[in-house]
Amino acid sequence: MISGFFIFNQKGEVLISRLYRTDLKRSIADVFRIQVVSNSDVRSPIITLGSTSFFHVRINNLYIVAVTKCNANAALVFEFCYRFISIAKSYFGKVDEEAVKNNFVLIYELIDEIIDFGYPQNSEADTLKTYITTESVVSTSIAAEESSKITTQATGSTSWRRGDVKYKKNEAFVDVVETVNLSMSAKGTILRADVDGHILMRAYLSGTPECKFGLNDKLVIDKNERGAGGDAVELDDCRFHQCVRLDEFDSTRTISFIPPDGEFELMRYRSTSNIKLPLRIIPTVNEIGTTQVTYVITVKTNFNNKLSATNVIVRIPTPLNTTSVDCKVPLGKAKYVPAENVVVWKIPRIQGGQEVTFSGTAKLTSTTHRQVWARPPIDVDFQVLMFTASGLIVRFLKVFEKSNYHSVKWVRYLTKASGTYQVRITVSEKIAP
Amino acid sequence: MSGQGGQDAKFFQRGKIQEFRAELEAAESKDKKYTKRKTVLKKIVANITMGNDMSPLFTDVVQCLGTPLLEIKKMVYLFLVCYGRQKADQLHLVIPSFLQDCNDRNPLVRALAIRTMSYIPTPVVIEALTEQLRHCLKDRDPYVRKTAAICVAKLYAADPRKAEKGGFVEMLRDLLLDSNATVVANAVAALSEIGDRQDGVIFKLNLTVANKLLTALERHSDAEMIAERVVAQLNHANSAVVLTAIKILLYLMNYMENRRLMEYICKKMGPPLVTLLSSGPEVQYVALRNILLIIQRRPAVLKNDVKVFFCKYNDPIYVKLAKLEIMYRLAREENAREVLAELQEYASEVDVDFVRKAVRSIGRLAIKVQPAADACIQALLDLIETKVSYVVQEAVIVIKDVFRRYPGKYEGIIPKLCEHLDLLDEPESKAAMVWIIGQFANRIDNADELMDDLTYTFLEEPNEVQLALLTAAVKLFIYKPHSDTTKALVHKVLKWTTEEVDNPDLRDRGFMYWRMLAINPTVAGEIVLAEKPPITTDADRMDRGALDQLLLHTGTLGSIYHKNPETFIRGATGKALTDSPALNPLSRQVLVPVARTNLPPTTIKIPGPGPPEPTKSDPTSQHLVDTDFPVPSGQNGAASSAAVDLMTTGSSSRSSPEDGDEDDDAVPQASASDPYAALDSAFGGYLADEPRPQNRDLLDMI
Repeated sequence: MISGFFIFNQKGEVLISRLYRTDLKRSIADVFRIQVVSNSDVRSPIITLGSTSFFHVRINNLYIVAVTKCNANAALVFEFCYRFISIAKSYFGKVDEEAVKNNFVLIYELIDEIIDFGYPQNSEADTLKTYITTESVVSTSIAAEESSKITTQATGSTSWRRGDVKYKKNEAFVDVVETVNLSMSAKGTILRADVDGHILMRAYLSGTPECKFGLNDKLVIDKNERGAGGDAVELDDCRFHQCVRLDEFDSTRTISFIPPDGEFELMRYRSTSNIKLPLRIIPTVNEIGTTQVTYVITVKTNFNNKLSATNVIVRIPTPLNTTSVDCKVPLGKAKYVPAENVVVWKIPRIQGGQEVTFSGTAKLTSTTHRQVWARPPIDVDFQVLMFTASGLIVRFLKVFEKSNYHSVKWVRYLTKASGTYQVRITVSEKIAP
Repeated sequence: MSGQGGQDAKFFQRGKIQEFRAELEAAESKDKKYTKRKTVLKKIVANITMGNDMSPLFTDVVQCLGTPLLEIKKMVYLFLVCYGRQKADQLHLVIPSFLQDCNDRNPLVRALAIRTMSYIPTPVVIEALTEQLRHCLKDRDPYVRKTAAICVAKLYAADPRKAEKGGFVEMLRDLLLDSNATVVANAVAALSEIGDRQDGVIFKLNLTVANKLLTALERHSDAEMIAERVVAQLNHANSAVVLTAIKILLYLMNYMENRRLMEYICKKMGPPLVTLLSSGPEVQYVALRNILLIIQRRPAVLKNDVKVFFCKYNDPIYVKLAKLEIMYRLAREENAREVLAELQEYASEVDVDFVRKAVRSIGRLAIKVQPAADACIQALLDLIETKVSYVVQEAVIVIKDVFRRYPGKYEGIIPKLCEHLDLLDEPESKAAMVWIIGQFANRIDNADELMDDLTYTFLEEPNEVQLALLTAAVKLFIYKPHSDTTKALVHKVLKWTTEEVDNPDLRDRGFMYWRMLAINPTVAGEIVLAEKPPITTDADRMDRGALDQLLLHTGTLGSIYHKNPETFIRGATGKALTDSPALNPLSRQVLVPVARTNLPPTTIKIPGPGPPEPTKSDPTSQHLVDTDFPVPSGQNGAASSAAVDLMTTGSSSRSSPEDGDEDDDAVPQASASDPYAALDSAFGGYLADEPRPQNRDLLDMI
């Protein structure tokens, strides 16, 4: 399994270096620096040289690297890297060079705990925080009983939850967050539209609560078992946090679980049918001679007028030899960003049922040889509160606990897109007037 | 440790041994809260990280072990893990402290002590450890037991014979029956690690999980029963668990006979695989490379999902290339139009490599899906019009194969190709073009002029092009034997190849043609222009046996490179399907056992845990299979994959191609609809994405 774990900064300096096996030397870090950090054309997250494989994940200019000497389970190694990042986030907020340097001793302690001899161990941040703390601990001062509790939890069947959680007010917040992926051809046909949904839960519940979770009545979780009718919400697939009893879900379709304390992702799902696209983009792009490109881009909102889309950012690609762009917008602000070869049109808020149009002209310099313009798609980011593109709705969340307390539940919905809502453009040529 | 958002960055400065030593000495007095020592140790750890050799401080750092702060202890232990092996002669200094910790009341400290000791594989430490480990494996705290289980694997790595003699393997096996799932998971991981070693113990554990599973596979219904249980794990949030569940299912399907269940499983596997595509790009990549294998073995999976593999503009290049290959595999008459439209879109992107492969895929699509051929050819012609050099070259290369696939159908486009002769500067495309000119010299009016131009630089051309030129010149002569130019041309080329070229292949071919032409030109013509056999391409898909074997490595590096791990990783062992009465009879016909090299002189047999086995229906083992099978429950995918490894290594055998068993796969593509499966020969083993482990020696690069 994993023989070594490293963190590099952008310059290739080692910030963390831990070897788990004697089959590696510290100098292996130099190989990674030469092969990946200083290589401008890295075309794979995995590089194998001889028997040694380097797996890397990039985050905020850091390289999180695991090195193996065997036929490692690649999915497992990457999942581990992701998990390390999420633990680090949970411990010190962000993961960048500064944070890593400021907490390097803590990180060494963590990675000693979450990997043993290359095998991932318990990596639940909540549990780790009970015994890898940011406070100084005098070893004799920990009562042995206290530690036993910790170890039982770290290895127990509900390793994700302490038994002794207490809250004055018992609350649970459920956030349904959907990311819409759209790829639309220039002619307006949908090439693919799907929804990645996440159900996030923040549970502040005392004791060991048993939760049951219910979604739409007409919900088809397995597309193959049809029969719920045309307007049903269909999920292609769903995946659950480890606390959910999968066998129960498999046999009776109930989602029941003992939640971790605090925030976690209960469920992730994917839907491809009956997707309600919140925004519709209609682009017209014309090339006039070799000196101008004109744009008319209409954005239509496609939902109830009581709701609104916020933080809408439309990125309109411009040819590489653009000198300036004249933009006219009825709403928001549009600005040409030469470094990225796009016009960025920001709209703070659009009401449902509205329609706004951008019109603009890009002026081009004449170049001696025509540069190839790859015509990237128009990309739209947005957020719509209290709307789900899949139509998914939370019907109930029941909490059962020995002490029978009353609990308050809150549900929010958010549909968003960032970098994945794209409309391709074709440029039709017109002769200059 | 410093508070939330620590302030330790300031310690990231190179320091001198002398300074640290002085600071440590100074810290021995007036250091009530140990803050001084903590600071110096942090500086030392930072320097270790930066690659500064801190080993001279060994004795000084070890002094700090006396402090009761856990944080300081952990830093000293880290220091020991780094330099312990170098300073083996001084390690006896720390043994008493280790031993004391091994018997601490606090289970976290006990576990920390054995974990650290086992990271320092020197004789002194191992000696001390073996005694402690024996106790820890039976510790009443599960956390200590789970740590001890991994320690056995470390001990085995350091000194296998000692571990065997000490009875640790048996103790590890006993942990498989532990009541705590985490302990079981680590025991499985440790055992499978030991079992994977080429010189490791061969497991003949009559009653362990491993063997229980193997014996459980005596009947088809057993495989089916296990599969039904594993299916639930496809909904797990961890992609490693999902892929491992799929690995188990694919493996079990070799032992099933219930076709409906198999269809059901295939259907069940699709959606989780697609969902993996919304993970991070790295996991997407792992998933895509595996999907490519899975759809070749079980074409029913994802059959109708080609759209989800369309590239997003901002996908990383490695994801795009992997998707491209899958798109081609999933292309059929029904979706060919959409796939082609996508490929055309990609052909105008920026990344040269991706564009080239998109262009090639268009050609391959033409060859694979006959009804789409017209549209594909038109697309290629449009691309040639762009006059972008690498696009044209790729197009020419594939068009050559299209000609061979559909003789007499598209030759009309040859003039278009000839217009762009001067854009071809790479050997492969040039050779393809020369082949086209030679093959169709009778249809190209000015073929002799073209050939004359092309042979102008004959001696400077790469071998690939020279070979093509030689053959083309001969063909031209046979088509037009009475023309003076062709006569002169062929003479010139034959003379060059036989007299001035060093390459033996080229020279031999030159002599062969020369003699053929000299002895009997008519017969020579019949031979050279004989009807080409259609490019039969049944090998486009990997052969069944190879696939079965590779799929036993689902999710691992081997599945990414599409290579068996023993071929590129030193010391890795191969895997193969295990023979059993339930194995599909057709697969069994061609079983070849996987050889294990470097076997220890004697294999060690270890009886099962618990009471000596009475019969098959032993209650303890029953319990293992039915309820506590650790694969699914583990939160870390390690356990799952480890368990499968146990199932498949060892006394095994492989199945191979021609069994064409019951399978769904054999039916759809192989024959009539896609006579071109064996594209390997046509494209020289071309794949859209072919990541490769590199066989360079690491040391050369440091």
